Amino acid sequence: MEVNQMQRSFLEYTAALFREGFLDSQFSQLHQLQDESNPEFVVEVVSLFFEDSERLINDLSSALDQPNVDFKKIDAHVHQLKGSSSSIGAQRVKDSCISFRNSCEAQNTEGCLKCLQQVKQEYLLIKNKLEALFQLEKRIVAAGGSINMVEWIN
Amino acid sequence: MEVDGSSTKGLLNHIEKPHVLAVDDNLTDLKLVETLLKNSSCKVTTAENGLMALEYLGLGNDKQGSLNDNGSKVNLIITDYCMPGMTGYELLKKIKESSVMKNVPVVIMSSENTPTRINKCLEEGAHMFIPKPLKYSDVKKLRCQLMQWGN
Repeated sequence: MEVNQMQRSFLEYTAALFREGFLDSQFSQLHQLQDESNPEFVVEVVSLFFEDSERLINDLSSALDQPNVDFKKIDAHVHQLKGSSSSIGAQRVKDSCISFRNSCEAQNTEGCLKCLQQVKQEYLLIKNKLEALFQLEKRIVAAGGSINMVEWIN
Repeated sequence: MEVDGSSTKGLLNHIEKPHVLAVDDNLTDLKLVETLLKNSSCKVTTAENGLMALEYLGLGNDKQGSLNDNGSKVNLIITDYCMPGMTGYELLKKIKESSVMKNVPVVIMSSENTPTRINKCLEEGAHMFIPKPLKYSDVKKLRCQLMQWGN
């Protein structure tokens, strides 16, 4: 695939992610911070989000597995996950965290388990999509092209 | 020391890079705030919790650490509100209680922006309350203020 075609695919794929609510405007904010002095910023901060999320999802699974569920602790973990997903623009993950916190408040274990499933699902979806996006970007750059996200998003 | 011989002593000519201490227990958020600040020409030191922030500033419980002068070089502290152990609000109080640090502006960031929380922080002397997620425009505004305070 030649560079122009790849660039078009990249932009269309990104547009779809916004349209389908996977990403929100905060993701565009990240791109505003990426420049020659910080060329890998988006990948770096998203990678931190992946690490944070995986750790938190594991902690949530353990916490819900306990005989006496500590809803305060669970809420604290979900709050963290809501924070990081919000900071990078992972809208659907953030929204699933909001529902999760409602179940915590209601001290509803069943509800929490369902919410955890939902959060896991949304996380895996956005992870796959962003990784695909980053791979495509790499190929474009390797082929001598470039992505001017900021110009396009604005 | 003046590099150019210009007689125009504009506000910008004498501003050093503001040194900001950024405190947040969420590593993704910490990376974001750090980059936003560096992008706005600030020197940034990060801390993952209130205790580490106090130790850096020389306000920690460790008496030997209290002999450092990091605190006097910090121009702004920006901290998350919700942190385990010591909240941003508690950190704000400790800073305002310190004779060395009490005049350093403290900005609180939070994803929960209830009027109660905001007022509580402002009453305790917080300079500003910024809702999360942090955006480029938030930091730009802050940076403009720092330029004015610099002198």
